[in-house]
Amino acid sequence: MTTPLEPTYRQGVGYQALLLGGFSTLATALLVAGNIATKSDIQERQREDLLRSLNQVIPAEYYDSDLLQQPLSIQDDQGDSLTVYRGLEGMQVNALAWEVVGQGYAGEIRLILGVNAKGEVLGVRVLSHAETPGLGDKIEIEKGNWILSFNDLSLKNTTTQQWHVKKDGGQFDQFSGATITPRAVVKAIHSGLTFFEAHKDELLNPPVINTKSVSLSKQASLPEETSHE
Amino acid sequence: MSNEYRRITKDGLWDNNIVFAQALGLCPLLAVTGTATNGLGMGMATTVVLVASGLFISLLRGIITPQVRIPVFVLIIAVLVTLVDMSMNAWIHDLHKVLGLFIPLIVTNCAILGRAESFASRNTVMNSMFDGLMMGVGFTFALVLLGAVREILGSGTLFANAAQLLGGWAKIIELTLIDDYRGFLLIILPPGGFLVLGFLHASKRLLDRRLAERKQATADAQTSEMPLESS
Repeated sequence: MTTPLEPTYRQGVGYQALLLGGFSTLATALLVAGNIATKSDIQERQREDLLRSLNQVIPAEYYDSDLLQQPLSIQDDQGDSLTVYRGLEGMQVNALAWEVVGQGYAGEIRLILGVNAKGEVLGVRVLSHAETPGLGDKIEIEKGNWILSFNDLSLKNTTTQQWHVKKDGGQFDQFSGATITPRAVVKAIHSGLTFFEAHKDELLNPPVINTKSVSLSKQASLPEETSHE
Repeated sequence: MSNEYRRITKDGLWDNNIVFAQALGLCPLLAVTGTATNGLGMGMATTVVLVASGLFISLLRGIITPQVRIPVFVLIIAVLVTLVDMSMNAWIHDLHKVLGLFIPLIVTNCAILGRAESFASRNTVMNSMFDGLMMGVGFTFALVLLGAVREILGSGTLFANAAQLLGGWAKIIELTLIDDYRGFLLIILPPGGFLVLGFLHASKRLLDRRLAERKQATADAQTSEMPLESS
Protein backbone atom coordinates (compact mmCIF):
# COMPACT_ATOMS: atom_id res chain seq x y z
CA MET A 1 0.00 0.00 0.00
CA THR A 2 2.56 2.55 1.08
CA THR A 3 6.01 1.63 -0.17
CA PRO A 4 7.13 -0.84 -2.78
CA LEU A 5 10.28 -1.63 -0.79
CA GLU A 6 8.50 -3.64 1.85
CA PRO A 7 10.70 -6.09 3.75
CA THR A 8 9.66 -9.69 3.30
CA TYR A 9 9.27 -10.46 7.01
CA ARG A 10 6.22 -8.23 6.97
CA GLN A 11 4.40 -10.66 4.75
CA GLY A 12 4.64 -13.40 7.35
CA VAL A 13 1.70 -14.32 9.53
CA GLY A 14 3.92 -13.94 12.57
CA TYR A 15 4.50 -10.24 12.00
CA GLN A 16 0.83 -9.59 11.34
CA ALA A 17 -0.23 -11.47 14.45
CA LEU A 18 2.37 -9.68 16.51
CA LEU A 19 1.19 -6.34 15.15
CA LEU A 20 -2.46 -7.00 15.96
CA GLY A 21 -1.66 -8.50 19.34
CA GLY A 22 0.72 -5.69 20.16
CA PHE A 23 -1.77 -3.01 19.29
CA SER A 24 -4.52 -4.73 21.23
CA THR A 25 -2.30 -5.00 24.29
CA LEU A 26 -1.23 -1.40 23.95
CA ALA A 27 -4.84 -0.27 23.54
CA THR A 28 -5.92 -2.21 26.60
CA ALA A 29 -3.05 -0.81 28.64
CA LEU A 30 -3.89 2.74 27.56
CA LEU A 31 -7.55 2.34 28.43
CA VAL A 32 -6.73 0.83 31.82
CA ALA A 33 -4.34 3.69 32.53
CA GLY A 34 -6.94 6.21 31.39
CA ASN A 35 -9.56 4.62 33.58
CA ILE A 36 -7.32 4.65 36.63
CA ALA A 37 -6.33 8.25 36.03
CA THR A 38 -9.87 9.53 35.63
CA LYS A 39 -11.96 7.23 37.83
CA SER A 40 -11.84 9.12 41.10
CA ASP A 41 -12.29 12.48 39.37
CA ILE A 42 -15.32 11.22 37.46
CA GLN A 43 -16.87 9.88 40.67
CA GLU A 44 -16.24 13.20 42.36
CA ARG A 45 -17.89 15.06 39.46
CA GLN A 46 -20.90 12.76 39.58
CA ARG A 47 -21.18 13.35 43.31
CA GLU A 48 -21.10 17.09 42.73
CA ASP A 49 -23.79 16.75 40.06
CA LEU A 50 -26.01 14.77 42.39
CA LEU A 51 -25.48 17.22 45.22
CA ARG A 52 -26.22 20.12 42.90
CA SER A 53 -29.56 18.65 41.86
CA LEU A 54 -30.40 17.77 45.47
CA ASN A 55 -29.65 21.33 46.53
CA GLN A 56 -32.07 22.59 43.91
CA VAL A 57 -34.98 20.64 45.37
CA ILE A 58 -34.17 20.89 49.08
CA PRO A 59 -33.58 24.41 50.40
CA ALA A 60 -30.56 24.68 52.68
CA GLU A 61 -32.55 25.75 55.76
CA TYR A 62 -34.17 22.33 55.91
CA TYR A 63 -31.11 20.40 57.00
CA ASP A 64 -27.80 20.64 58.76
CA SER A 65 -26.51 17.24 57.66
CA ASP A 66 -24.77 15.91 54.59
CA LEU A 67 -27.45 15.05 52.08
CA LEU A 68 -25.39 12.30 50.54
CA GLN A 69 -24.72 10.58 53.83
CA GLN A 70 -26.66 7.44 54.64
CA PRO A 71 -29.18 7.44 51.83
CA LEU A 72 -32.14 5.19 52.49
CA SER A 73 -32.62 2.23 50.21
CA ILE A 74 -36.26 1.31 49.89
CA GLN A 75 -38.41 -0.86 47.62
CA ASP A 76 -40.73 1.13 45.41
CA ASP A 77 -44.15 -0.08 44.33
CA GLN A 78 -42.71 -1.91 41.35
CA GLY A 79 -40.28 -3.75 43.61
CA ASP A 80 -37.25 -1.86 42.32
CA SER A 81 -34.80 -0.45 44.77
CA LEU A 82 -35.06 3.30 45.22
CA THR A 83 -32.50 5.56 46.86
CA VAL A 84 -33.94 8.31 49.04
CA TYR A 85 -31.67 11.14 50.15
CA ARG A 86 -32.55 12.70 53.46
CA GLY A 87 -31.90 16.08 54.98
CA LEU A 88 -31.69 15.91 58.76
CA GLU A 89 -31.99 18.64 61.31
CA GLY A 90 -30.68 17.21 64.53
CA MET A 91 -32.08 13.71 64.53
CA GLN A 92 -35.21 14.56 62.63
CA VAL A 93 -35.81 13.87 58.96
CA ASN A 94 -36.87 17.25 57.66
CA ALA A 95 -36.69 16.86 53.92
CA LEU A 96 -36.38 14.03 51.46
CA ALA A 97 -35.51 13.77 47.80
CA TRP A 98 -35.68 10.90 45.39
CA GLU A 99 -35.95 10.22 41.72
CA VAL A 100 -39.31 9.78 40.04
CA VAL A 101 -39.77 8.68 36.45
CA GLY A 102 -42.49 9.59 33.99
CA GLN A 103 -43.16 8.11 30.58
CA GLY A 104 -42.91 11.06 28.22
CA TYR A 105 -43.42 11.41 24.50
CA ALA A 106 -39.92 10.12 23.75
CA GLY A 107 -39.03 7.75 26.56
CA GLU A 108 -38.37 8.27 30.22
CA ILE A 109 -38.38 11.64 31.92
CA ARG A 110 -36.24 11.42 35.04
CA LEU A 111 -37.09 13.94 37.73
CA ILE A 112 -35.80 14.61 41.20
CA LEU A 113 -38.54 15.36 43.69
CA GLY A 114 -37.95 17.03 47.04
CA VAL A 115 -40.60 17.00 49.76
CA ASN A 116 -40.69 18.08 53.38
CA ALA A 117 -41.83 15.93 56.28
CA LYS A 118 -45.44 17.02 55.77
CA GLY A 119 -45.45 15.72 52.23
CA GLU A 120 -45.36 19.13 50.55
CA VAL A 121 -43.29 19.57 47.42
CA LEU A 122 -40.16 21.60 48.06
CA GLY A 123 -39.00 21.46 44.49
CA VAL A 124 -38.87 19.38 41.33
CA ARG A 125 -36.20 19.40 38.64
CA VAL A 126 -35.71 17.45 35.46
CA LEU A 127 -32.60 15.27 35.50
CA SER A 128 -32.85 13.93 31.99
CA HIS A 129 -35.36 13.61 29.19
CA ALA A 130 -35.54 13.10 25.45
CA GLU A 131 -38.59 15.23 24.72
CA THR A 132 -38.87 17.28 21.56
CA PRO A 133 -36.70 20.41 21.68
CA GLY A 134 -38.80 23.54 21.59
CA LEU A 135 -41.98 21.75 22.62
CA GLY A 136 -41.59 19.30 25.47
CA ASP A 137 -38.39 20.75 26.88
CA LYS A 138 -40.23 23.59 28.63
CA ILE A 139 -40.23 21.30 31.66
CA GLU A 140 -36.57 22.26 32.17
CA ILE A 141 -35.94 25.10 34.59
CA GLU A 142 -33.61 26.67 32.00
CA LYS A 143 -36.48 26.94 29.52
CA GLY A 144 -39.27 28.18 31.76
CA ASN A 145 -40.88 28.41 35.16
CA TRP A 146 -43.47 25.71 34.60
CA ILE A 147 -41.71 23.20 36.84
CA LEU A 148 -41.95 25.67 39.74
CA SER A 149 -45.75 25.44 39.70
CA PHE A 150 -45.47 22.26 41.77
CA ASN A 151 -43.81 23.98 44.72
CA ASP A 152 -45.73 23.78 48.01
CA LEU A 153 -48.34 21.43 46.61
CA SER A 154 -49.26 18.28 48.46
CA LEU A 155 -51.93 15.61 48.35
CA LYS A 156 -53.76 17.53 51.07
CA ASN A 157 -53.97 20.94 49.44
CA THR A 158 -54.51 19.64 45.92
CA THR A 159 -57.16 17.07 45.08
CA THR A 160 -56.56 14.04 42.92
CA GLN A 161 -58.63 15.65 40.18
CA GLN A 162 -56.48 18.77 40.35
CA TRP A 163 -53.35 16.67 39.84
CA HIS A 164 -53.87 16.70 36.08
CA VAL A 165 -53.11 19.06 33.24
CA LYS A 166 -55.88 21.55 32.42
CA LYS A 167 -56.91 19.59 29.35
CA ASP A 168 -57.74 16.65 31.63
CA GLY A 169 -59.60 18.82 34.12
CA GLY A 170 -56.70 19.55 36.45
CA GLN A 171 -54.80 22.67 37.38
CA PHE A 172 -51.51 22.43 35.51
CA ASP A 173 -50.82 24.18 32.22
CA GLN A 174 -50.02 22.06 29.23
CA PHE A 175 -47.78 23.43 26.49
CA SER A 176 -49.09 24.29 23.05
CA GLY A 177 -48.23 21.32 20.88
CA ALA A 178 -47.14 19.15 23.79
CA THR A 179 -49.57 17.63 26.25
CA ILE A 180 -47.99 14.24 26.76
CA THR A 181 -44.86 15.65 28.37
CA PRO A 182 -46.51 17.76 31.11
CA ARG A 183 -49.07 15.03 31.67
CA ALA A 184 -46.25 12.55 32.32
CA VAL A 185 -44.51 14.94 34.70
CA VAL A 186 -47.69 15.64 36.67
CA LYS A 187 -48.42 11.95 36.92
CA ALA A 188 -44.88 11.13 38.06
CA ILE A 189 -44.93 13.76 40.79
CA HIS A 190 -48.38 12.72 41.94
CA SER A 191 -47.35 9.10 42.23
CA GLY A 192 -44.20 10.24 44.03
CA LEU A 193 -46.34 11.96 46.66
CA THR A 194 -48.64 8.95 46.88
CA PHE A 195 -45.56 6.83 47.47
CA PHE A 196 -44.47 9.19 50.23
CA GLU A 197 -47.86 8.94 51.98
CA ALA A 198 -47.82 5.15 51.76
CA HIS A 199 -44.31 4.80 53.16
CA LYS A 200 -44.28 7.83 55.41
CA ASP A 201 -43.25 6.08 58.61
CA GLU A 202 -40.40 4.27 57.03
CA LEU A 203 -39.18 7.33 55.14
CA LEU A 204 -39.29 9.64 58.13
CA ASN A 205 -37.59 7.19 60.43
CA PRO A 206 -34.32 8.83 61.45
CA PRO A 207 -31.26 6.92 60.31
CA VAL A 208 -29.40 4.96 62.91
CA ILE A 209 -26.15 6.74 63.56
CA ASN A 210 -22.88 4.83 63.84
CA THR A 211 -24.09 1.77 61.97
CA LYS A 212 -23.08 0.59 58.60
CA SER A 213 -26.46 -0.80 57.68
CA VAL A 214 -28.56 1.98 56.26
CA SER A 215 -31.25 -0.07 54.61
CA LEU A 216 -34.05 -0.45 57.07
CA SER A 217 -36.32 -3.25 56.06
CA LYS A 218 -40.04 -2.85 56.38
CA GLN A 219 -40.36 -5.50 59.09
CA ALA A 220 -37.76 -4.02 61.37
CA SER A 221 -39.32 -0.60 61.65
CA LEU A 222 -37.87 1.15 64.63
CA PRO A 223 -40.10 2.85 67.19
CA GLU A 224 -41.18 6.27 66.05
CA GLU A 225 -39.35 8.76 68.20
CA THR A 226 -39.87 11.94 66.33
CA SER A 227 -43.01 13.95 66.47
CA HIS A 228 -43.98 15.82 63.36
CA GLU A 229 -45.01 19.35 63.91
CA MET B 1 4.58 22.92 0.05
CA SER B 2 2.17 25.79 0.63
CA ASN B 3 0.47 24.61 -2.52
CA GLU B 4 -0.04 21.25 -0.84
CA TYR B 5 -1.62 22.91 2.19
CA ARG B 6 -3.85 25.02 -0.02
CA ARG B 7 -5.08 21.90 -1.78
CA ILE B 8 -5.75 20.14 1.56
CA THR B 9 -7.64 23.19 2.81
CA LYS B 10 -9.78 23.43 -0.31
CA ASP B 11 -10.42 19.69 -0.22
CA GLY B 12 -11.48 19.65 3.41
CA LEU B 13 -13.64 22.73 3.36
CA TRP B 14 -15.37 22.37 0.03
CA ASP B 15 -14.26 20.08 -2.78
CA ASN B 16 -14.10 16.92 -0.73
CA ASN B 17 -16.20 18.00 2.26
CA ILE B 18 -17.05 15.04 4.49
CA VAL B 19 -20.77 15.77 4.40
CA PHE B 20 -21.42 17.49 1.11
CA ALA B 21 -19.00 15.58 -1.11
CA GLN B 22 -18.12 12.30 0.58
CA ALA B 23 -21.55 11.98 2.24
CA LEU B 24 -19.92 10.23 5.21
CA GLY B 25 -20.76 10.40 8.89
CA LEU B 26 -24.43 10.99 8.27
CA CYS B 27 -25.58 8.97 11.27
CA PRO B 28 -24.17 11.28 13.97
CA LEU B 29 -24.88 14.22 11.70
CA LEU B 30 -28.61 13.72 11.49
CA ALA B 31 -28.89 12.78 15.13
CA VAL B 32 -27.42 15.94 16.60
CA THR B 33 -28.17 18.78 14.20
CA GLY B 34 -31.47 19.87 15.72
CA THR B 35 -29.76 23.10 16.72
CA ALA B 36 -26.72 24.95 15.44
CA THR B 37 -25.11 24.74 18.88
CA ASN B 38 -25.29 20.97 18.96
CA GLY B 39 -23.82 20.86 15.48
CA LEU B 40 -20.94 23.06 16.59
CA GLY B 41 -20.26 20.88 19.63
CA MET B 42 -20.25 17.68 17.62
CA GLY B 43 -18.08 19.30 14.96
CA MET B 44 -15.46 20.43 17.47
CA ALA B 45 -15.28 17.06 19.18
CA THR B 46 -14.94 15.31 15.81
CA THR B 47 -12.20 17.72 14.73
CA VAL B 48 -10.13 16.89 17.80
CA VAL B 49 -10.41 13.17 17.08
CA LEU B 50 -9.63 13.67 13.37
CA VAL B 51 -6.43 15.58 14.14
CA ALA B 52 -5.35 13.06 16.78
CA SER B 53 -6.05 10.05 14.58
CA GLY B 54 -4.19 11.76 11.74
CA LEU B 55 -1.20 12.18 14.03
CA PHE B 56 -1.06 8.62 15.33
CA ILE B 57 -1.90 6.82 12.13
CA SER B 58 0.64 8.74 10.07
CA LEU B 59 3.23 8.16 12.79
CA LEU B 60 2.58 4.43 12.71
CA ARG B 61 2.12 4.10 8.97
CA GLY B 62 5.61 2.64 8.61
CA ILE B 63 4.91 -0.43 10.72
CA ILE B 64 1.28 -1.18 9.91
CA THR B 65 0.89 -3.61 7.03
CA PRO B 66 -1.94 -3.35 4.52
CA GLN B 67 -3.35 -6.72 5.58
CA VAL B 68 -4.15 -5.71 9.15
CA ARG B 69 -4.52 -1.98 8.72
CA ILE B 70 -8.32 -1.76 9.14
CA PRO B 71 -8.55 -3.41 12.58
CA VAL B 72 -5.54 -1.43 13.77
CA PHE B 73 -7.07 1.86 12.58
CA VAL B 74 -10.38 1.04 14.24
CA LEU B 75 -8.55 0.17 17.44
CA ILE B 76 -6.59 3.43 17.43
CA ILE B 77 -9.69 5.53 16.78
CA ALA B 78 -11.73 3.73 19.43
CA VAL B 79 -8.99 4.17 22.03
CA LEU B 80 -8.64 7.85 21.17
CA VAL B 81 -12.37 8.51 21.45
CA THR B 82 -12.62 6.64 24.74
CA LEU B 83 -9.66 8.51 26.22
CA VAL B 84 -11.08 11.85 25.08
CA ASP B 85 -14.44 10.90 26.59
CA MET B 86 -12.95 9.85 29.92
CA SER B 87 -10.64 12.82 30.33
CA MET B 88 -13.36 15.30 29.39
CA ASN B 89 -15.70 13.70 31.89
CA ALA B 90 -13.08 13.99 34.61
CA TRP B 91 -11.51 17.36 33.94
CA ILE B 92 -13.82 19.48 31.82
CA HIS B 93 -17.04 18.16 33.20
CA ASP B 94 -19.32 21.04 32.25
CA LEU B 95 -18.39 20.76 28.61
CA HIS B 96 -18.74 17.00 28.83
CA LYS B 97 -22.29 17.36 30.06
CA VAL B 98 -23.13 19.17 26.84
CA LEU B 99 -20.95 17.17 24.44
CA GLY B 100 -20.96 13.88 26.34
CA LEU B 101 -23.81 12.56 24.33
CA PHE B 102 -21.97 13.08 21.05
CA ILE B 103 -18.55 11.76 21.87
CA PRO B 104 -19.33 8.03 21.73
CA LEU B 105 -21.10 8.75 18.44
CA ILE B 106 -17.78 9.82 16.94
CA VAL B 107 -16.68 6.18 16.82
CA THR B 108 -19.57 5.50 14.47
CA ASN B 109 -18.39 8.25 12.14
CA CYS B 110 -16.81 6.40 9.25
CA ALA B 111 -15.34 9.66 7.98
CA ILE B 112 -12.55 9.26 10.54
CA LEU B 113 -11.68 5.78 9.34
CA GLY B 114 -12.02 7.12 5.81
CA ARG B 115 -9.41 9.82 6.38
CA ALA B 116 -7.13 7.34 8.17
CA GLU B 117 -7.32 4.98 5.23
CA SER B 118 -7.14 7.40 2.34
CA PHE B 119 -4.90 10.14 3.73
CA ALA B 120 -3.12 9.60 7.02
CA SER B 121 -1.79 6.16 6.12
CA ARG B 122 0.11 7.51 3.12
CA ASN B 123 1.12 11.04 4.08
CA THR B 124 3.51 12.80 6.46
CA VAL B 125 2.57 13.61 10.03
CA MET B 126 2.18 17.35 9.46
CA ASN B 127 0.10 16.89 6.33
CA SER B 128 -2.12 14.32 8.03
CA MET B 129 -2.78 16.50 11.04
CA PHE B 130 -3.51 19.45 8.80
CA ASP B 131 -5.83 17.30 6.71
CA GLY B 132 -7.60 16.18 9.89
CA LEU B 133 -8.00 19.79 10.97
CA MET B 134 -9.37 20.93 7.62
CA MET B 135 -11.69 17.94 7.27
CA GLY B 136 -12.89 18.62 10.80
CA VAL B 137 -13.50 22.30 10.11
CA GLY B 138 -15.36 21.37 6.94
CA PHE B 139 -17.45 18.87 8.88
CA THR B 140 -18.15 21.46 11.58
CA PHE B 141 -19.18 23.95 8.92
CA ALA B 142 -21.62 21.45 7.43
CA LEU B 143 -23.05 20.54 10.83
CA VAL B 144 -23.51 24.15 11.91
CA LEU B 145 -25.12 25.01 8.58
CA LEU B 146 -27.51 22.07 8.76
CA GLY B 147 -28.24 22.76 12.44
CA ALA B 148 -28.83 26.46 11.76
CA VAL B 149 -31.27 25.81 8.92
CA ARG B 150 -33.19 23.24 10.97
CA GLU B 151 -33.18 25.44 14.06
CA ILE B 152 -34.41 28.53 12.24
CA LEU B 153 -37.15 26.67 10.39
CA GLY B 154 -38.02 24.39 13.29
CA SER B 155 -37.94 26.63 16.34
CA GLY B 156 -37.28 30.15 15.07
CA THR B 157 -34.06 30.55 17.04
CA LEU B 158 -30.37 30.43 16.23
CA PHE B 159 -27.57 29.15 18.47
CA ALA B 160 -29.93 28.54 21.37
CA ASN B 161 -28.03 27.47 24.52
CA ALA B 162 -24.68 28.37 22.99
CA ALA B 163 -23.65 29.72 26.39
CA GLN B 164 -23.75 26.19 27.80
CA LEU B 165 -21.21 25.11 25.22
CA LEU B 166 -18.98 28.14 24.84
CA GLY B 167 -19.35 30.00 28.12
CA GLY B 168 -21.21 33.12 29.19
CA TRP B 169 -20.07 35.44 26.41
CA ALA B 170 -21.92 33.31 23.87
CA LYS B 171 -25.22 34.70 25.16
CA ILE B 172 -24.87 37.42 22.53
CA ILE B 173 -25.07 34.96 19.63
CA GLU B 174 -28.20 33.29 21.01
CA LEU B 175 -30.82 34.79 18.75
CA THR B 176 -34.57 34.51 18.62
CA LEU B 177 -35.26 35.26 15.00
CA ILE B 178 -39.00 34.74 14.94
CA ASP B 179 -40.90 35.82 18.05
CA ASP B 180 -43.83 33.69 19.11
CA TYR B 181 -42.97 31.09 16.50
CA ARG B 182 -45.15 28.03 16.87
CA GLY B 183 -42.48 25.68 15.61
CA PHE B 184 -42.20 23.36 12.65
CA LEU B 185 -41.81 19.99 14.29
CA LEU B 186 -41.01 17.99 11.15
CA ILE B 187 -37.77 19.89 10.60
CA ILE B 188 -36.53 19.18 14.13
CA LEU B 189 -37.30 15.48 13.93
CA PRO B 190 -34.99 13.14 11.96
CA PRO B 191 -37.01 13.30 8.69
CA GLY B 192 -36.39 17.03 8.65
CA GLY B 193 -32.68 16.32 8.93
CA PHE B 194 -32.82 14.17 5.78
CA LEU B 195 -34.86 16.78 3.92
CA VAL B 196 -32.62 19.70 4.80
CA LEU B 197 -29.50 17.65 4.07
CA GLY B 198 -30.92 16.81 0.65
CA PHE B 199 -31.62 20.43 -0.15
CA LEU B 200 -28.17 21.49 1.02
CA HIS B 201 -26.58 18.77 -1.13
CA ALA B 202 -28.54 19.95 -4.13
CA SER B 203 -27.57 23.57 -3.46
CA LYS B 204 -23.91 22.68 -3.33
CA ARG B 205 -24.13 20.79 -6.62
CA LEU B 206 -25.93 23.72 -8.19
CA LEU B 207 -23.36 26.18 -6.89
CA ASP B 208 -20.48 23.98 -8.08
CA ARG B 209 -22.00 23.73 -11.52
CA ARG B 210 -22.54 27.47 -11.73
CA LEU B 211 -18.92 28.05 -10.72
CA ALA B 212 -17.67 25.54 -13.27
CA GLU B 213 -19.79 27.11 -15.97
CA ARG B 214 -18.52 30.56 -15.15
CA LYS B 215 -14.94 29.27 -15.25
CA GLN B 216 -15.62 27.64 -18.58
CA ALA B 217 -17.18 30.82 -19.85
CA THR B 218 -14.21 32.97 -18.95
CA ALA B 219 -11.81 30.37 -20.32
CA ASP B 220 -13.23 30.51 -23.80
CA ALA B 221 -14.37 34.08 -23.89
CA GLN B 222 -15.30 33.98 -27.53
CA THR B 223 -18.20 31.66 -26.81
CA SER B 224 -19.30 33.47 -23.65
CA GLU B 225 -22.90 33.40 -24.72
CA MET B 226 -23.01 29.68 -24.18
CA PRO B 227 -26.59 28.48 -23.80
CA LEU B 228 -27.10 27.14 -20.31
CA GLU B 229 -29.16 24.06 -19.88
CA SER B 230 -32.04 24.60 -17.56
CA SER B 231 -31.73 22.67 -14.34
